[in-house]
Amino acid sequence: MAALLGRSCRKLGFLSSGHGARRSVSTETGKSLNLYSAINQALHIALDSDPRSYVFGEDVGFGGVFRCTTGLAERFGKNRVFNTPLCEQGIVGFGIGLAAMGNRAIVEIQFADYIYPAFDQIVNEAAKFRYRSGNQFNCGGLTIRAPYGAVGHGGHYHSQSPEAFFCHVPGIKVVIPRSPREAKGLLLSCIRDPNPVVFFEPKWLYRQAVEEVPEHDYMIPLSEAEVIREGNDITLVGWGAQLTIMEQACLEAEKEGISCELIDLKTLLPWDKETVEASVKKTGRLLISHEAPITGGFGAEISATILERCFLKLEAPVTRVCGLDTPFPLVFEPFYMPTKNKILDAIKTTVNY
Amino acid sequence: MALSRLSSRSNTFLKPAITALHSPIRRHVSTDTSPITIETAVPFTSHLCESPSRSVESSSEEILAFFRDMARMRRMEIAADCLYKAKLIRGFCHLYDGQEALAVGMEAAITKKDAIITSYRDHCTFIGRGGKLVDAFSELMGRKTGCSNGKGGSMHFYKKDASFYGGHGIVGAQIPLGCGLAFAQKYNKDEAVTFVLYGDGAANQGQLFEALNIAALWDLPAILVCENNHYGMGTATWRSAKSPAYFKRGDYVPGLKVDGMDALAVKQACKFAKEHALKNGPIILEMDTYRYHGHSMSDPGSTYRTRDEISGVREVRDPIERVRKLLLSHDIATEKELKDMEKEIRKEVDDAVAQAKESPVPDSSELFTNMYVKDCGVESFGADRKALKVTLP
Repeated sequence: MAALLGRSCRKLGFLSSGHGARRSVSTETGKSLNLYSAINQALHIALDSDPRSYVFGEDVGFGGVFRCTTGLAERFGKNRVFNTPLCEQGIVGFGIGLAAMGNRAIVEIQFADYIYPAFDQIVNEAAKFRYRSGNQFNCGGLTIRAPYGAVGHGGHYHSQSPEAFFCHVPGIKVVIPRSPREAKGLLLSCIRDPNPVVFFEPKWLYRQAVEEVPEHDYMIPLSEAEVIREGNDITLVGWGAQLTIMEQACLEAEKEGISCELIDLKTLLPWDKETVEASVKKTGRLLISHEAPITGGFGAEISATILERCFLKLEAPVTRVCGLDTPFPLVFEPFYMPTKNKILDAIKTTVNY
Repeated sequence: MALSRLSSRSNTFLKPAITALHSPIRRHVSTDTSPITIETAVPFTSHLCESPSRSVESSSEEILAFFRDMARMRRMEIAADCLYKAKLIRGFCHLYDGQEALAVGMEAAITKKDAIITSYRDHCTFIGRGGKLVDAFSELMGRKTGCSNGKGGSMHFYKKDASFYGGHGIVGAQIPLGCGLAFAQKYNKDEAVTFVLYGDGAANQGQLFEALNIAALWDLPAILVCENNHYGMGTATWRSAKSPAYFKRGDYVPGLKVDGMDALAVKQACKFAKEHALKNGPIILEMDTYRYHGHSMSDPGSTYRTRDEISGVREVRDPIERVRKLLLSHDIATEKELKDMEKEIRKEVDDAVAQAKESPVPDSSELFTNMYVKDCGVESFGADRKALKVTLP
C-alpha cells in the first residue's frame, strides 16, 4: 500500500489549498479506511513529498501504540523515522530546533495527557519564535500530533482534551479532525503550513470511524469551518469525536421538528468566526459541545465572540454542553461525558426559550 | 497438617521414610528466626560508594515469608489478567509479575514509617505495604471498597497508614514528589527514608535530574530505585539511553546495581541504602529485573522481544523459583508444603476476587467529591441551564 501511494502521489503533485481542493475531496471516492490508516497515509505522503521531513516520538518505530506510523521506518529509514527516549519536553524542544533549521518535524506525543511537560516548549518557545526574532527565525515546520479525548475507559490520564490550554496561545495553530478523510487532508495541511501546529486526533475514532478516503495527496484548508448539516432553528458547533454524538442528537431533534445546523470547526486556533457568525445570524441560537470541562473550555471563547457579533440576532442564551468540572473520572465516565441526551435536552430548552 | 501427611493420601513424591520422620514433629517452617546466611548469586556493582556484602542475613521465617508473599503477588497479577480479559477491570492495567522480588525484598529491609512512592505498576507494592487483596481487587474493578474508594483504578493505589504514597500515571512525575517526601522526613527528624521507584523509561525524564540535584544538594534521605526491566513499554534500554548504567547516571550521587530477581539481594541493597541515605543523602539503586507481561494489558509484550527471551528469563531467573530452590535446599520446607501453600494462596486470591465482585460501585455523587476540601461547591450546568450546585459535606 505504501509503495503504491508513493508512485501515485508523485504523478499528481501537490494540490493547492483553497475551496477547489475541498469541493473535489468531498465528492471523490477512495478506499475505505479508518482514522489511523488515513493518518498513516498522510504521513507517508508527507515524508515522500518532502525529503526534509521527519517523524519521531515515543515508540513510533514499530508503528506506534495506535498504528499511525506503521511502515514509515521501513520505507523511509531509521534516520527519518525514529524513536525518542521518554521525555516530552525534550522531544518537542528537539522538534523546534529541527524546524528552526528549515525541516519539517512531525512530533508525536503518545497521549495528549502527557503533553504538559512540553507545554513550556510549545508556549514559550514554539509560539513566540518568529515574533521575538523579528521574523529572522521560525519553527513553522513543527507539527505536534497527539491522540486526545475519551475512549470509554481511559481514566484520568488517557482521556483528556487539553485543546483549550493551547487555544490560549497566539503563535500556534490548533487543529482537530472529525473523520478519516478530514484527518488526512488536515494533517497534510498542518504539516505544510508555515506555522507550528498542534494536531489532536480523536483516539476513539482510530478504529471506529471508517470512511472513503481518496488515495492521492490532497489538503483541506485550515481556519475554515464546515457546515456539515444545514438547518434553520439552532446552530451546533463542535469538533473531533463529539461531532458524531452531536449528529445523533440532531437526528433525534429532527424527529421533533427541530432543524439543526451542525458546524465542524476543524481549526480551533485561529477559528473561522465568519462561518459560525453567519450561521447564528440565520438561526438565532447557538449550542457548543466539547468533552473538555466546561469552565474555561474553548466553548467559552466561541460563546463570547458570537455574543459580541450576534447579540441582537440571538433568540436564546448560548448553551454549552460539555464535560463536568472534575478530573476525567474512571468509573464515572458516562456521567461526565456530554452525551446525546444532554445535548438533545439542551437543544429543546434553547429552542423553547 | 501433620496428620494429613500421615494419611494414605499423602503425596507420592515424598519418600515414606521422610513422611514418617516428619509426621509427629511439625518442622519449624514459619517460626524459626535463627539466622541463616546466604550468598547472593550476583555481586553488587557500585558507583561512588562501597558495595554491601554478598552475604545476606536472613532466617527460615523470612525466606518462607518471601515465598508466600511473592506467590500471593504472582497469583494476584494473574487473577487481574483474567479479570481484565473478562472486562471486569477496565481502563489500563499494568502488571508486575516477574518483579515481585523487588517489592518483597524492599519491605524486608524497611519499616512502615519509611515511605514508598512508585509509578503505575503498583499492585504488588501496595500488597507489600500491607494492603489487602480484596482492597486491591475492589479498586481494580472500580468498587467503593477499593483502597482509593474506587476513584483511582489500577494506576492509583494508595495506603496512607503504611506510608505508601502510590501509584502515579504520568511517567517520572513521582520522582520530585518523592524527594519532597524525603525532605519532609528530614525536616521532621523522622529517621525514616523515602524509596522513590521509577522505571528505565522514566530514567530519561528531565525531572529526575532536577530532583536528584536538589536531593543531593540538601542531603535528603531519598533512595531512588530504578526498576530496570529493560523495556520502556516497547523501547529497549539500548535504544533509549546513551548510558543504560542507570546506577551511574546520578553522576555525583552514589549508586548500586542489584540483581532485582533475587529477593535477598534486594533486601541487602535496601538495608544498605537506608543506612546510607540517613547519613549521607541520596543514593540510586538500579534493580535489574524483568516483567513477563507486556507494558500493560493492551500490549502483548512480544512485538519488541522474543517469546524465547521471556521464557528464558522465567526458567533461569524467576524470583519465586529461586526462593523455592533455596527453601528446598536448606530444608526449610518440603515441596509438598510449598505446593500446599500455593494452593492456599490461590484460594485466598479467588476468595478476595469473589468478595470484591460483590462490592458496590461508588455512588454517583462521588463524581464531585474530593476535588477540593469541604465547603467548595462544584457548579455544573444541567441541560435546563439551571446551575447545579453541589456542596460537599
